[in-house]
Amino acid sequence: MKIADTLDVDSTFQHLRSQALASMRDHLDGTRPIVMVGTATCGKAAGALEVLQAIREELAKDQPDARVVEVGCMGHCYAEPLVIINKPGNPPMAYGYVTPEIARRLVRDYVIGDDPSLEFTLGALEENDLIPSIYDLPRFAYEQNIVLKNCGHIDPENIDHYIASGGYEALARALRMQPQEIVEEIKLSGLRGRGGAGYPTWQKWRVCRDSKGRPKYVICNADEGDPGAFMDRAILESDPHSVIEGMIVAAYAVGARYGYIYVRAEYPLAVHRIEIALRQARRRGLLGKNILGSGFDIDIRLFQGSGAFVCGEETALIASLEGRQGLPRHRPPFPAVHGLNGKPTLINNVKTLAYVPRIITNGASWFSSIGTEKSKGTAVFALAGKVVNAGLTEVPMGTTLRQIVFDVGGGIPNGKQFKAVQIGGPSGGCLPQSALDLPIDFDSLREVGAMMGSGGMVVLDEDDCMVEVARYFLEFTQRESCGKCTMCRLGTKQMLEMLKDFTIGQGSMEDLDKLYEMAEDIKEGSLCGLGRTAPNPVLTTLRYFRDEYEAHIKERHCPALMCHDLIAYYVLPHKCERSCDACVGACTVEAISPDRKGIKVIDQEKCVKCNLCLLACPPQYNAIIKLSPPELVPAAKKVK
Amino acid sequence: MDKHQETAEPDLKRIEEIVSRYRDQKWPLISLLQEVQEELGYIPPEAIRPIARGTGLFPAQVQGVISFYEQFHTTPRGKNIVKVCRGTACHVRGGRTILKIVKQNLGVEEGGTTPDMNFTLETVPCLGTCFLAPSMMVNKDYFGKLAPPKLKSILQQYGSPGE
Ligand SMILES: Cc1cc2nc3c(=O)[nH]c(=O)nc-3n(C[C@H](O)[C@H](O)[C@H](O)COP(=O)(O)O)c2cc1C
Ligand code: FES
Repeated sequence: MKIADTLDVDSTFQHLRSQALASMRDHLDGTRPIVMVGTATCGKAAGALEVLQAIREELAKDQPDARVVEVGCMGHCYAEPLVIINKPGNPPMAYGYVTPEIARRLVRDYVIGDDPSLEFTLGALEENDLIPSIYDLPRFAYEQNIVLKNCGHIDPENIDHYIASGGYEALARALRMQPQEIVEEIKLSGLRGRGGAGYPTWQKWRVCRDSKGRPKYVICNADEGDPGAFMDRAILESDPHSVIEGMIVAAYAVGARYGYIYVRAEYPLAVHRIEIALRQARRRGLLGKNILGSGFDIDIRLFQGSGAFVCGEETALIASLEGRQGLPRHRPPFPAVHGLNGKPTLINNVKTLAYVPRIITNGASWFSSIGTEKSKGTAVFALAGKVVNAGLTEVPMGTTLRQIVFDVGGGIPNGKQFKAVQIGGPSGGCLPQSALDLPIDFDSLREVGAMMGSGGMVVLDEDDCMVEVARYFLEFTQRESCGKCTMCRLGTKQMLEMLKDFTIGQGSMEDLDKLYEMAEDIKEGSLCGLGRTAPNPVLTTLRYFRDEYEAHIKERHCPALMCHDLIAYYVLPHKCERSCDACVGACTVEAISPDRKGIKVIDQEKCVKCNLCLLACPPQYNAIIKLSPPELVPAAKKVK
Repeated sequence: MDKHQETAEPDLKRIEEIVSRYRDQKWPLISLLQEVQEELGYIPPEAIRPIARGTGLFPAQVQGVISFYEQFHTTPRGKNIVKVCRGTACHVRGGRTILKIVKQNLGVEEGGTTPDMNFTLETVPCLGTCFLAPSMMVNKDYFGKLAPPKLKSILQQYGSPGE
């Protein structure tokens, strides 16, 4: 690259940046209050649009000079809808669980008035002397936001917000570097792919760069199919430009001319926001021909998936992009050599790409100073299941499960006992109590039989049956197997049948040995990761919770009282209060009625085991219990 | 508004029109099918020939792609699509019971459509709102922290469950 070009890129970018800053100054000049509402899917699903509406209406009444900004997800999904109020002279305040009524009060009392309404606040977003800050919460001792940094703090539909907070600076810098220097920088950073396998990112980049064949392609894998994973969605909804910027840098480094973002079908809001972001980037000359005056051309398009889990696998994804059935193929050749259109193609996950601008801006050694020896940087986890603070969290690699589940996640709700963490989705495993102090990174997880996968973490408590969880995942992979490999198609089916038998109290101890054998066969006989990792949930539960399997098989007993066919609900006659009919009213299928004496009896034929009666029974009586095996229910007396 | 209603004759002209718009696009098939489905609510069998002709593929190839992807439907679907999550987080928080009760309310099985064409019931691997588990979606609206008693009134917002 010529020196003239270099100067050009710099001045073009500086111009862009000052424009963005100017437009931000006009809009958010620091003299008026700013009200931010999180309207990512998590906010929307919890009612953020109604809150937004209420805020707008209430502000319209008094016409104060306040600005309303829609932002993405801060990761505190459990507390949505979330509102941040930033008043000049005060620290920004975050409010959780906001309803339209609370929102109106906040506007009246704090935006217009002076009462920060501490009863609704989660805390201040800056350290200060007056108001407790949310950074005093235990989770912030562990969290470190790199890819989530902007999420929930900028307007994802306004490129100026992104540029004003340092965005596209990495691109401007990268365009002044030699492509090989960028690959070298990524190598030094130690970045590994966040799509699941943890493959060193620089190696893929170098192979793709060195491969002949034009045009080359870069693909962002946003298919996020693992159940329990929603971080890629949150990033695309909250900070789409960080991913786009990463893609452009990657494209420049490998010499790609075209890019595709392959987004999962069920993510309409992400699709919408990516489309806006691409349009804005094009208009600013960050995409298209001669970007930032560098002479480098790149176009990026969005492609929507059509609901096949296996399309997250890179070769299947490419087939799907080309308009074919999404069937994985044998590798090698790897896509970096022979990919889309038969040309060299770089495929990276959303998060992998979102790290790239940060690494270019802050330097490889900054990134590699975070994390463990072989897994650098942070990991983003989606916490869900039986955990108090469900949502997103970003922590350095090497943080322990205990810190994530208990300190960040706030532990198990309702005073229940922790049982396991399901990590890595259908290709991952269930880790027990004894693994809680394991520092998590790509390699440590593999050693205990699980996988980082996409980073979905579903916390399980004493009420969750591990046999049922294993069955659940096998049902998932069985359903999603594309059918190309016989072992994957038929082997998972056989395993599933055995697991089903266990959960209904059939099956034998020999089946347990057969499960191991099948698991090995499926691992050996499958082309892609779907089949190769499908047995993991079974193997880990067998390894750590074998006693539960044995109880199902030998005693028809489900220790967690979860397997519907092995439990029955029963009203203890001596505890049931005649005059109370809470359970009768709670039952949605009319399975409960009083007998002659007014004692409630459950019709086992009708019962759908929804647990509502148990919840409805007043605590002073506590008359409803679950029994396993169901034969423990005393035979119903004849009602005359 | 009721473009998802069953029509005796699928609108072949609309289909031709959509096909023609994809003439110059590389690898148009899947986006094209998505658009046909968006417009008509499903992909009528009669559409396969014109689509094949327009994309230079064999009808069997088009058929193969349609049947491979879960999102493509070849029969008319209900006006409202109910998607109950069968993801992990929902599963361990009572998602199975939710599905059971929705089935009872609508009187259809997974994949089924009520006789009045008002509802189609589907399940999805994860809606991505796991922190609200158990969750479901009706059209583009999310409903979270579901409990069986809430279901009836949610469904009623979209018209009477097909009795
Ligand atoms: C069945 C299956 C599903 C996958 N799903 C995804 C996915 O949803 N998102 C993703 O980024 N990678 C997924 N992968 C991994 C990809 O094949 C590929 O390794 C990844 O996109 C590479 O990106 P990375 O190097 O940035 O990790 C999946 C793999 C398999 C076998
Ligand atoms: S598991 Fe149901 S929304 Fe994710």
